[in-house]
Amino acid sequence: MTTTPVRPGETPLAPGAPRSGTTFLGLPTAPRGVGHLRGDRPFPEAARDALRDGQLRANLGHATSTIRAKRAKVVGEVPDWEQLRQAGKALKASTMARLDEHLVELERQVAARGGTVHWARDADEANAIVTRLVQATGADEVVKVKSMATQEIGLNEALESAGITAHETDLAELIVQLGDDAPSHILVPAIHKNRAEIREIFLRTMPGVDPELTDEPRRLAMAARKHLRERFLRARVAISGANFAVAETGTLAVVESEGNGRMCLTLPQTLITVMGIEKLVPTWRDLEVFLQLLPRSSTGERMNPYTSMWSGVTPGDGPQEFHLVLLDNGRTAVLADEVGREALHCIRCSACLNVCPVYERTGGHSYGSVYPGPIGAVLSPQLTGVEDNASLPYASSLCGACYDACPVAIDIPSILVHLRAEHVEAQQRTTPEAAAFRLLSRAMSNPRLWHLTQRAASLGRFLARGKPTMPAALPPPASAWTRSRDLPAPPRETFVQQWTRERGGRS
Amino acid sequence: MSAREDVLGRIRTALGERRPDVVVPRDYRATDDRPAAQRLDVLVDRLEDYKASVLRCGPDEVAATVAAALDTGLGAGWQPASVVVAPGVPAGWRPEGTSEDDGRPAVDLAAFAATLTGVAVAIAETGTLVLDGGPLSGRRAVSLLPDCLVCVVETGQVVGSVPEALPRLDPNAPLTMVSGPSATSDIELQRVEGVHGPRTLVVVLVG
Repeated sequence: MTTTPVRPGETPLAPGAPRSGTTFLGLPTAPRGVGHLRGDRPFPEAARDALRDGQLRANLGHATSTIRAKRAKVVGEVPDWEQLRQAGKALKASTMARLDEHLVELERQVAARGGTVHWARDADEANAIVTRLVQATGADEVVKVKSMATQEIGLNEALESAGITAHETDLAELIVQLGDDAPSHILVPAIHKNRAEIREIFLRTMPGVDPELTDEPRRLAMAARKHLRERFLRARVAISGANFAVAETGTLAVVESEGNGRMCLTLPQTLITVMGIEKLVPTWRDLEVFLQLLPRSSTGERMNPYTSMWSGVTPGDGPQEFHLVLLDNGRTAVLADEVGREALHCIRCSACLNVCPVYERTGGHSYGSVYPGPIGAVLSPQLTGVEDNASLPYASSLCGACYDACPVAIDIPSILVHLRAEHVEAQQRTTPEAAAFRLLSRAMSNPRLWHLTQRAASLGRFLARGKPTMPAALPPPASAWTRSRDLPAPPRETFVQQWTRERGGRS
Repeated sequence: MSAREDVLGRIRTALGERRPDVVVPRDYRATDDRPAAQRLDVLVDRLEDYKASVLRCGPDEVAATVAAALDTGLGAGWQPASVVVAPGVPAGWRPEGTSEDDGRPAVDLAAFAATLTGVAVAIAETGTLVLDGGPLSGRRAVSLLPDCLVCVVETGQVVGSVPEALPRLDPNAPLTMVSGPSATSDIELQRVEGVHGPRTLVVVLVG
């Protein structure tokens, strides 16, 4: 089942056919040309633009510091937080070790309760399944609960090309959709917009909005309520993601705040849920861990306002037709990597984004994928194959704040280093960096050569002109280093020279 | 090969022959050891912290307290017929003249001003009420569409923590966990109460 990588622009194959990169075990990664896992330019380039946007940096700084303080307070209330965290980590690891068996059990339980389970190898196949299901109902519009999986596969675009309008109903997703923008955060997709910008979007795009609308968050939320109310009441089909699925009981769970999730999960006749295959937990009891970890890590609340759970259909209560679409789209390729598979443990809380010094300054769009921040930097390159997101494993200072904040203790820094090594090993041509290190390695293994090199390097003092660091405007390839880092000026005297001078060459 | 067989096959390939055997440590708190009275105080504190109102009363005063709760939520002078009641709510809890849910189409419930239900379980530590779709909780749309929700909680239904609540629930029931009125943090990550779900939540704690 090996395939050759396909370049962007090549003829797409049939849905489900492996066509992007493959892992060494031949497992296909997420296909190109569909969905939102790849940016159109490398991270450093996009980040440089974002850093120049003062408004963006102010919005992000304000929002991330607010949420960090809230999270710290409610996590501090829980005396057994670390035990919960370790239980969450182990639960996810044990789930992955038996993923096939749990999925088969989930399928059996959902079917036994009147639901229909569909399997999708990739984004194209999932989009085709959902489009077909919506068309079968005769509806030309759907209401959507915020879902990372459907963002990942570009479902809205696929529906649109089939003439079906998708209404995002989460407030932040609505802001992004109305503003013709892209989400920049897992939990709060419109985190890059402040209240004044949101007011402007509403005034410009919401039909019949009160022209006196102020930028008070409460007034803005009420405008969204009014805008969506009628859409909820007339909707015949809803599309959701899932935060958890319990294999032994067939229970699905959606965790939310606004009640838009409840509207979508309760009122329409047909519900279609798209879920990554890694969202499983084996037993009902396992939710006792994740329902404690997720809200506190995510919105910084003890519990989110609404959690909905259902299995199959309930006569007389809620949708009478239920479809569950199980999505691979590169997840099995991630699973094949013994170090990288830990990224599949993510419960999408976004705590790692909020504590990341890189995310806080560059924002989510720079990452080019729907999964930004530290978790995105390890997840996106694995889902697409590292060469399609080669700059992301470097979008980190490896400070480790993400690891500390992660409620399931994903060792993100170690996976980043692992992916960097994978990227370097995949290079066919010698990079200037590799050449430099090869020379350095030769110099350092020969004392005479090393001393000569050091003496040569001291000539750099002329360039530094007495300053402690070298000028930033060095010619290439040195500029690749000095553009974003300080290069210390070489010392007047090396350690060995000093030793020889003071001790006269005696060891 | 079907997509199902293909995906399952990929998982087996990815995991290989030697699958890790992971032991899950469950040394987190299974129970909350606060005395019962203190547990109720924690519940009230957490509910109020998330902008729910709480009224406490004895077992004989439920209907009158529910009426007071509706005063809080709707303002004095509310119409009893505009309050929809879950079918399993005891007669002794209902103010006179309220309407029992008659199974009308779900969207028509939006015409009611308020809802009265019981709950299946309440969790003190998180300030959470769990509705299970049974006669006492009502179907899900009942507690969703009217703008004011009044829930009656009996002390025997209150547990300390999340791990104590789940064994009391039916995993196959349509469950809704409610912690405060509907809210959003989507604008500058500041919490605003009241979006699509009921904007007002009043809890009557009995006993």
